[in-house]
Amino acid sequence: MSKPLSRMQIAWRVAQDIDNGCVVNLGAGMPTMVSDFLPAGREVMFHAENGILGIGPRAAKGKEDPDVINAGGQAVTLLPGGSYFHHADSFAMIRGGHIDIAVLGAYEVSAQGDLANWHLPDSNVTPAVGGAMDLAACAHRLFVMMDYCSRDGTPKILKQCTLPLTARRCVNSIYTDLAVVDVIADGLVVREIIEGLDLKTLQDKTGAPIRLADNWRILSAPDIS
Amino acid sequence: MIDKIVTDPVLAVADIADGATVLVGGFAWAGVPSALLEALAERQPRNLTIATNANIGAPGLMRLFETGCVRKLMSSFPRMFNTTLMEDLCKAGKLVLELIPQGTLAERIRAAGAGIPAFYTPAAVGTPLAADKEHRDFAGVTYIMETALAGDVALIMAAKGDRWGNLVYNKTARNFNPIMAMAGKLCLAQVAEVAELGTLNPEQIITPGIFVDQVIPVTRST
Repeated sequence: MSKPLSRMQIAWRVAQDIDNGCVVNLGAGMPTMVSDFLPAGREVMFHAENGILGIGPRAAKGKEDPDVINAGGQAVTLLPGGSYFHHADSFAMIRGGHIDIAVLGAYEVSAQGDLANWHLPDSNVTPAVGGAMDLAACAHRLFVMMDYCSRDGTPKILKQCTLPLTARRCVNSIYTDLAVVDVIADGLVVREIIEGLDLKTLQDKTGAPIRLADNWRILSAPDIS
Repeated sequence: MIDKIVTDPVLAVADIADGATVLVGGFAWAGVPSALLEALAERQPRNLTIATNANIGAPGLMRLFETGCVRKLMSSFPRMFNTTLMEDLCKAGKLVLELIPQGTLAERIRAAGAGIPAFYTPAAVGTPLAADKEHRDFAGVTYIMETALAGDVALIMAAKGDRWGNLVYNKTARNFNPIMAMAGKLCLAQVAEVAELGTLNPEQIITPGIFVDQVIPVTRST
């Protein structure tokens, strides 16, 4: 069996599915890496909730501007053509249907595309939702980026989410270290799976029925360190 | 003559009463009116309600929480890293949290400033944050009603302001500041620089002066 994808490789894989001309919002954490791996020649406008459109690469060390940050608070740059705006306009872009793709992390995803990514009731940590509920409810397409299973091997793709939801029926595709899974009207379809991993083994790691797409392919990504 | 310039932050915050609802601008560390917050913390008001999406660890803001000035926090992201202050205050019953999706928080504030008492949003439908809210369908889609969120006072941060209260911002330090300016009964704007009246380009003024009551120049290092 080939090795599971690293987080950077998952980010690379997501980036391949972002079409030229899209407006894309990358959630804090793992999804922010996606912008590093866009194929050459693809022009995309990256949006962040805190009022910035046209986000460029992460700011170089020593060149950080504390007033140019993304929604995760990281110092970024603005591309030529980029713009700044206030928070109500930023969320008008989101709720108004102007964001083509949002990429978010997840604790759990259900077979219907329900997303849970903001609250672990059993932990002591204060829940924090940020812009995830607005994005999940309103982005045209929602890509989830996560490990296929949690660290202890528990499935994260389930018949029903057990954790408090972020939004119902919002996830379109799930990009993971083991497979790419699409959520369609009648269930979960594996579009890509890493070499040497069979559907039965993947099914055992999944809390809901999955099936292989007719045109399924091997999930692979270049070596990225 | 109209002159909204107030040179002393301590004077600016002098009338903020116990129990006030205070809108605090900023997102993460950008655009946070720290000098005004420090001055407010110095006064040690009680039972404040703070609505903000700034990092609670930001200078000035953190002190209001640490010293027990805040009774309620309305935010989409009340989590702090490297400290359990929020968890400790909540567990001790000293702080009430109202978690609000970020877009809903922004629109509730904008609505207050624009004279709209309530609106419908799809965000949070089907989640615990929609519990007890009015649900209504429009064209087959379910929304929840959210109400306007006004402040007794808005503490905001801008790059430049003039004596009429016109403001311009710096990059992503704009964030919540313009809409909070509109939604505060009293708006105090900390600015990094005072502009001579007439020198801000009218096409580029982001917050027209009618939304601003006081402009408090504070050099960036504070």
